[in-house]
Amino acid sequence: MGRTLYDKLWDSHVIRSYDDGSALLYVDRHLLHEVSTPQSFIAIEKKGRSVRRPDANLAVPDHVVSTTNRHLPIADPLARAQTQRLVENVARHKIPFIPLDDQRQGIVHVIGPEQGFTLPGITLACGDSHTSTHGAFGCLAFGIGASECGIVMATQAIRQQRTKTMRVNLVGLQSPFINAKDIALAFIARIGANGAAGHAVEYAGPVVAKMSMAERMTLCNMSIEAGARVGLIAPDDQTFDYLRGRPMAPKGEMFEHALTYWRTLPSDADAQFHRELTLDVSDVEPHVTWGTSPEDAAPIGARVPSPEDLTEATRRERRRRALAYMDLKPGDPLEAIAIDVVFIGSCTNSRIEDLRAAAAVVAGRHVAAHVKAIVVPGSGLVREQAEREGLAQTFLDAGFEWREPGCSMCVGMNGDRLEPGQRCASTSNRNFEGRQGVGGRTHLMSPAMAAAAAVTGRLTDVRKLMGGKP
Amino acid sequence: MTGFTTTESLAAYMPEQNIDTDAIYPARYLLLMEREGLGPYLFHDRRFHGDGTPKEGFILDLEPFSKAQVLVAGAGFGCGSSREQAVWALTGFGVRCVIAPSFGEIFAGNALKNGLLTIALPEEVVARIGAAAQRGARFRIDLEECILCVDNEIVATIDLPEGQRMALLNGWDETDVLLQEEGDAISGFETRHRMAQPWLFQGST
Ligand code: SF4
Repeated sequence: MGRTLYDKLWDSHVIRSYDDGSALLYVDRHLLHEVSTPQSFIAIEKKGRSVRRPDANLAVPDHVVSTTNRHLPIADPLARAQTQRLVENVARHKIPFIPLDDQRQGIVHVIGPEQGFTLPGITLACGDSHTSTHGAFGCLAFGIGASECGIVMATQAIRQQRTKTMRVNLVGLQSPFINAKDIALAFIARIGANGAAGHAVEYAGPVVAKMSMAERMTLCNMSIEAGARVGLIAPDDQTFDYLRGRPMAPKGEMFEHALTYWRTLPSDADAQFHRELTLDVSDVEPHVTWGTSPEDAAPIGARVPSPEDLTEATRRERRRRALAYMDLKPGDPLEAIAIDVVFIGSCTNSRIEDLRAAAAVVAGRHVAAHVKAIVVPGSGLVREQAEREGLAQTFLDAGFEWREPGCSMCVGMNGDRLEPGQRCASTSNRNFEGRQGVGGRTHLMSPAMAAAAAVTGRLTDVRKLMGGKP
Repeated sequence: MTGFTTTESLAAYMPEQNIDTDAIYPARYLLLMEREGLGPYLFHDRRFHGDGTPKEGFILDLEPFSKAQVLVAGAGFGCGSSREQAVWALTGFGVRCVIAPSFGEIFAGNALKNGLLTIALPEEVVARIGAAAQRGARFRIDLEECILCVDNEIVATIDLPEGQRMALLNGWDETDVLLQEEGDAISGFETRHRMAQPWLFQGST
């Protein structure tokens, strides 16, 4: 019987299989950032161990860094100390490092692919749940905790339970202004924030084949919000074209050698998945979230749903709590919701394609008077390219702030965060209570939708703004 | 890490689904670089106002549940961020076991590394024992016998992969175990892997 992409990635990394269905897997690549690893290095050093293969690692600061005034030290002493700790740790263990003042610095999940550190066929781990992003290249990439980061660095291996597989077939026609983010939110709304738990999700079908690598990464990135630790997309010519010439990707003959192998990775025609479902993207409207879980997503034309629609008591209670936190009333049209802040950035939507989509909407328009809007490119290279293409100027002319790369307002732990009660149209991935700052209220959406919200000052159907039909 | 064999205590019930790790341990405290002493930050923003004064009525601050070593929760407990601090805060607070219909996978993996037992049980069972927890029932969890008792009645058997059970019982340091028992296997695999996919080893000497 044929094997799935997941099976092939798994099988090719098994060092040893155990009777209980788990296996010891070899880890090809490990990405490090400042937040997930201080305790990992302490654990390694306490026992006098060393990092087994420094060259299999790549470190970059991203989570706590400041996105303004990079010439100054980070203002928050704790954030400064944590960033400095990473510098010292990687120096002691000779781990390849991209420092804060380097043009290549950016969010781990943006720079991994950009540098060609992420490759098809590999296993890749990182102390960050959105490591699922890298699965867009046809590799087995998953988030791990700090203890596991230490284990991976010391042993190059990790013990894992094999998961079930799910294939999500995306069919139909992706209309203009419908982004992978809308499709991801529609998918999560359908199966639930926990719906893909215990599964590795492979996205397939004609829609995926046509998607840019950026959109594929958005899709895989959001897999964790459906409960799946792993997202996957079969590598194809577009994948290979993206990687050719990247600094850390194989070169010349070695690239061709690798290519021969990479072409064998896609799921076999007769491969069996534990679950399979089809989503017709022709019906997918621009989506926004209204609650405090990514599954609380709905088409922009919808209204805030009522807790009373739910029969199950704990679900009803959860929705009540979410609406109270979000300060929304059942029946309110989503399009009437006024916002205070717009954040375009994060490992979900901060690549050049995302910025182009947002810039196309704001060009010739202006950010609403009461709105603070920021664009945070995913890396220094994205930032540079956006400046070259004139996108930065478009954003600045429209009244956006143009920032330095980092996680920024995706996570309330650096200088960029919401004030209590502020409402944000955000291209990030989590709308949990307090995620963007204590008491902050997050509405997730695509870059084009966030740009439209910036212009009108409320949640907006970008298709209407652009003169198209909703 | 400390091992887990048995525990006996009251249980606190949080029926809510998808309690995420941002709720369990807010991101801004990730700036701390310790792993000990994080108990005070557990569910911080649900337990404290912005000015640090306590909020009323959070289950883990209500007597007698403030001493509960067992937490019973809705599906998807620990979803979201991979932060191991969520586990360190729970253990720091004194929680030794979480029972839920399902868990965030990374959270469950992290729990295992820190002697925090996670038990996944069907939704109906969790709802039933959650109700018992609210009434103040005694929970007893025995990982050697693999049983969960509520008020002395066996309500479930604990079905854990044997490797995970042994690791929990013994409180092994996984890196030690891997290096001692699998060091040769890892090296052997690495050599074969290097032959098959040399482009993955171009940076190594
Ligand atoms: S951008 Fe947000 S989700 Fe992505 S790695 Fe940074 S904090 Fe995590």
